[in-house]
Amino acid sequence: MSFEVFRDVVKPIVAGFGITARRLAEQKVTVQYPDERREQFDRTRWRHVLTRYDSGLERCIGCSLCAGACPARCIYVEAAENTDDERYSPGERYAVRYEINMLRCIFCGYCQEACPTGAIVLRKDFELANYEREDFIYTKEMLLEPIRR
Amino acid sequence: MPKRIETLVLHDSSTPVIGDVQKGGSVVVTTLDTLLNQARANALWPLTFGLACCAIEMMSTVAARFDLARFGSEAFRATPRQADVMIIAGRLSKKMAPVLRQIYDQMPEPKWVISMGACASSGGVYNNYAIVQGADQVVPVDVYVPGCPPSPDALIYGVMKLQQKIKRQSMATTKQLSLIELKPRTLEEPA
Repeated sequence: MSFEVFRDVVKPIVAGFGITARRLAEQKVTVQYPDERREQFDRTRWRHVLTRYDSGLERCIGCSLCAGACPARCIYVEAAENTDDERYSPGERYAVRYEINMLRCIFCGYCQEACPTGAIVLRKDFELANYEREDFIYTKEMLLEPIRR
Repeated sequence: MPKRIETLVLHDSSTPVIGDVQKGGSVVVTTLDTLLNQARANALWPLTFGLACCAIEMMSTVAARFDLARFGSEAFRATPRQADVMIIAGRLSKKMAPVLRQIYDQMPEPKWVISMGACASSGGVYNNYAIVQGADQVVPVDVYVPGCPPSPDALIYGVMKLQQKIKRQSMATTKQLSLIELKPRTLEEPA
């Protein structure tokens, strides 16, 4: 009787906890996300940023090539002429309105590929979830990089 | 002598969750709202409702690397009767829309919806006759998660946003959210 209890009850329990104990010594795979971030891959494409030149002028010249390349048709660009008094970009024209619908966007990076001046780039900020539809229309002010000092 | 401020934070795990409701003052017992919200927010059972490729990322979110169980959402339910949150993962075709609505109606109150990915949220690249242009045309969506597909961490961020929303809720707002029609509409207008 006691031998059967040992064989059928105690031994399996000890063996089972043995597996657990061995697993405890192994390295943990879980990334504790809100506290620590996993390293993103080099070519990860997330939130768009409109970059500037070192002088502080915007790179975007309002050519709408990004809007043309976009397969989801989520970019809207409205261009205007630069004047000597109000100069936004080094070229003739600049973007008055630059809007991206983040809900439509599939983060394919074609806009980045199409851009002749390298103005629009996709960076690695993935925390984009929000509550309202309206919050996902990213305007030029939200996309534009702050001037570096 | 300064008043000692005590807060009671209820958790089912040791992981601190962003947006914990901490009421100021010398609180020893919490309000019923806070208690309910903490219980609801930290045990969100999602409904298994993968419609397309986003479901792969949803599965990955539950797996060991990202471990949605840290937020109390590991128990994916195959029946809407036991689920709290519906994660619409993938494009919603017009044929699927009535099914989605029926499943949503079968979920018990209080219930929430996360629209995961570009297709579920807005139609994405599929701007055509077959796909519903945004799941919010069929069910009320609480949190939209953009991306194609959103990476598991982006979905976890969406779940965290939903938890924050739930923790801000009070009994009154839950009542407003209720979709039960007290007066069923009739086809004929009353004279």
